[in-house]
Amino acid sequence: MSISTSIWVWMAALLTLMVYSFLYKDNPFYRLAEHIFMGLSLGYTLTILWYNYIIPRVYEPLFLPPHQWSLIFPILLGMMTFGIFSKKYSWLIKYPLAFYVGGYAGLRIPLLLQSWIIRQVEASFLTPDKFTSLMSSINAILIFAGLFATLIYFYFSKKREHGFGAAAQVGIVFIMVAFGAAFGYTVMARISLLIGRMQFLLHDWLGIM
Amino acid sequence: MGFWQRFLQLDRKWIFIGIAIVVIIPLIKPLGLPIKPTKPVIDLFTYIDTLGPESDPVMVVTGFDPSTMPELMPMEQALLRHCLTKGIPVISFGGLYPAYIGMAKMAIDEVSADFPDKKYGEDYVFLGFIPGVSAVILSIGIDIATTFGNDYYGTPIDSLPMLRGVKNYSDISLVVDVSGSSTPEYWLMYAQERYGVNIGVACTAVSAPAFYAFLQSGQFVGMLGGLKGAAEYEELMARKGYPTGRRPATIGMDSQSLAHLLIILLIILGNAGYFIVRRGERRQGIIRRKK
Repeated sequence: MSISTSIWVWMAALLTLMVYSFLYKDNPFYRLAEHIFMGLSLGYTLTILWYNYIIPRVYEPLFLPPHQWSLIFPILLGMMTFGIFSKKYSWLIKYPLAFYVGGYAGLRIPLLLQSWIIRQVEASFLTPDKFTSLMSSINAILIFAGLFATLIYFYFSKKREHGFGAAAQVGIVFIMVAFGAAFGYTVMARISLLIGRMQFLLHDWLGIM
Repeated sequence: MGFWQRFLQLDRKWIFIGIAIVVIIPLIKPLGLPIKPTKPVIDLFTYIDTLGPESDPVMVVTGFDPSTMPELMPMEQALLRHCLTKGIPVISFGGLYPAYIGMAKMAIDEVSADFPDKKYGEDYVFLGFIPGVSAVILSIGIDIATTFGNDYYGTPIDSLPMLRGVKNYSDISLVVDVSGSSTPEYWLMYAQERYGVNIGVACTAVSAPAFYAFLQSGQFVGMLGGLKGAAEYEELMARKGYPTGRRPATIGMDSQSLAHLLIILLIILGNAGYFIVRRGERRQGIIRRKK
């Protein structure tokens, strides 16, 4: 056992314990840690933005030679978003928003359709190359059946009876399996975070591991 | 009050204590449970393992902050270690959001310290944070030097020997997004779909189920999901005889398995208790059966 002598490790360990004290009940130590976290996060983000964005991307190109005067237009457009803080000039935000929404939609919609819809539908087709082995055949049929049944479940313009109702019921089973898998993975993620903190406390702080 | 009624009203603090015990004990006394690599992890490992010093660089993108560090830092370090072991040129990109740059710096500093023969600028480079998210991903597809200008330390991109001849995605063999959010979707849309670059994903367990669809369609080369994915990658590295460092993910997997067993047990007991108590109440006439 070799306890850390680093003040930073001790600070991180004490803050970790202060945050975990919330599991017992809300208390001033937890709230202190929470406020420190909020302040630090904001300060850290602002500092990173200042030194990685404002200085090299705005100040230096504009005020140091060779001056890139063309940057004035996008900077002005961006600054118009601050109009939101004034009732009188709140209309100014419409112009940068129009550029943003128009540009973003134009960029995103075709690529989203291609990567999320067309490529996914293609991948669910029962083509001969999916039947090279028993397992791949089962997988291909399961994916096709799952997609088909789930889509039927979300089709609300027809009464759910006979074969249509049965397919919708199968769709529910696939949806439930997906929810179960998502829940299992979520449990794994939360436990992993606890393991990470415990490794820090036992290894980096207390030196037990 | 019977056992099951008391069990159903168990204070959740006892569950917290139980979880803490099953997590802490295996960390101090490891059980050495086996780790069996799965196909998505093997696929990503194999893809990187086929590359070498003459290959185009691998770009490792840091997409996480301290909140998901326990899951994702072991993945990022294992990926960087693998690339440096094989002599593959590495571009470590500090990420699309400001909070990620500190994690990226920590990962590359710790791993590169274990490879004193590797030189910065020749074997690996570190690019800092650039705001713009989707605009940045698209811009890398046009020109890396114009997008970043300088590396993290302020050195012009053009003067880094490793990046001479690396103009855009066509000169990159793989982009691996180590992500604690939905950024792999952006890389999929703007880098893979638009420019055709190969994408690998290393993500938190919470995100993993959503990305399986893209593995099945072949849009992602491979995937590491959660601490388990990181442990599997470390295991594959060890099997090949590559240096693995401390293997933090593997160390944590015993705790993970025991905690899962406890949670499964609690779910089974909770459900059994619910039905047993309900049956008892029906017998006593407290609840009437639905007609």
